[in-house]
Amino acid sequence: MSSDEVKLIGAWASPFVMRPRIALNLKSVPYEFLQETFGSKSELLLKSNPVHKKIPVLLHADKPVSESNIIVEYIDETWSSSGSSILPSHPYDRAMARFWAAYIDEKWFVSLRNILKAEGEEEKKAVLAQVEEGNALLEKAFNDCSNGKPFFNGDHIGYLDIAFGCFLGWLRVTELAAGHQLLDEAKTPSLSKWAERFCDDPAVKPVMPETTKLAEFAKKIFAKPRA
Amino acid sequence: MAQNDTVKLIGSWSSPFALRARVALHLKSVKYEYLDEPDVLKSKSELLLKSNPIHKKVPVLIHGDVSICESLNIVQYVDEAWTSDPSILPSLPYDRAIARFWSLYVDDKIFASLDAVAGAKDDGERMAAAGKLMECLAILEDVFQKSSKGLGFFGGENIGFLDIACGTILGPVSVIEAFSGVKFLREETTPGLIQWAEKFRAHEAVKPYMPTVEEFVAFAKKKFNVE
Repeated sequence: MSSDEVKLIGAWASPFVMRPRIALNLKSVPYEFLQETFGSKSELLLKSNPVHKKIPVLLHADKPVSESNIIVEYIDETWSSSGSSILPSHPYDRAMARFWAAYIDEKWFVSLRNILKAEGEEEKKAVLAQVEEGNALLEKAFNDCSNGKPFFNGDHIGYLDIAFGCFLGWLRVTELAAGHQLLDEAKTPSLSKWAERFCDDPAVKPVMPETTKLAEFAKKIFAKPRA
Repeated sequence: MAQNDTVKLIGSWSSPFALRARVALHLKSVKYEYLDEPDVLKSKSELLLKSNPIHKKVPVLIHGDVSICESLNIVQYVDEAWTSDPSILPSLPYDRAIARFWSLYVDDKIFASLDAVAGAKDDGERMAAAGKLMECLAILEDVFQKSSKGLGFFGGENIGFLDIACGTILGPVSVIEAFSGVKFLREETTPGLIQWAEKFRAHEAVKPYMPTVEEFVAFAKKKFNVE
């Protein structure tokens, strides 16, 4: 099974797609990247993920796996003897990693996205405050999980690093657009240093989009339609 | 924390999510102290607020001096921390990914549909929400047929992760059926799920903890002040 073809349906700008890409890089698994065109969904995507019709979808020997964090666990379990472990080994650490990854998707990222959608200063201020609250929690989580090591997962990047780090590009775009630093040395010292290390990691660098390119893309998708 | 550290579970009699944790602990023959929150929506104990400060919800598993939150996380933790038989998650990575995917579907889509039916403000809204719920249950029926391969449970011969995830919809579905007079699980549309529901309720790891349909309906009537 592990020598069979691997394909990933995704898009360069999607943080969720970045997750399995990083995981596949960590495991040195070659794969074909099938880029979706923005604004339309391919037949293959609709067939492989009929329930949600969303990217990313991993196709391993033509069998589809959907939902980014689930794909990352699948990659870790399928290529378990390759590269470093993506999930931590201790059950409690695994539970923590899964807990924070879910928090990031359900609460933190929702707030981050709302900054760009906010209308008016009041709303923007309120949402910024939510994200900062979340960042404070994640700063503490980092200190607890990393135990003095460079990543949430310890010596090497892992599940929670990937779950959070994939949003760094969009975080920077949001900071620029809102004119407000969210991750910085004063408020989130550990996370700021972690963010640099994460983006420099050889498994991440090739798939992290440049901030300017992402900012251009953001302008396009958030542009208000003309009357 | 070691396997023989003390185990406590903070739950609530009527909570479908707490039920998941109880079933998992029973399957692994774990001895634990059950701490009931009698009216968890209105008043929460100090211990609950301390152990789950972010979400303030049941269930919370306290193992030694650490706490684990979120029901599906707890089930996976129990499976990983107590490695004796039976295994709760399937053994193959692909089957695990599928079980995780559909469990997420239950939590994201099916519970949302149940809430939409329960919270509908008028007949039009109720009908639309009911239609969506029927669609979701039809999808689940299909998943059951493929997953069980005729053996009785989503997990095959034995109860597994996806049975535990799905079993929790049975209480809320039965309440909605009683209040609305509409059957959502029916012989004509969901024959597999009807049979599975009976087996699940009767299972020795479920029966002691799952309120009967009558108990659930009585509880809901009291809670929502309905005759």
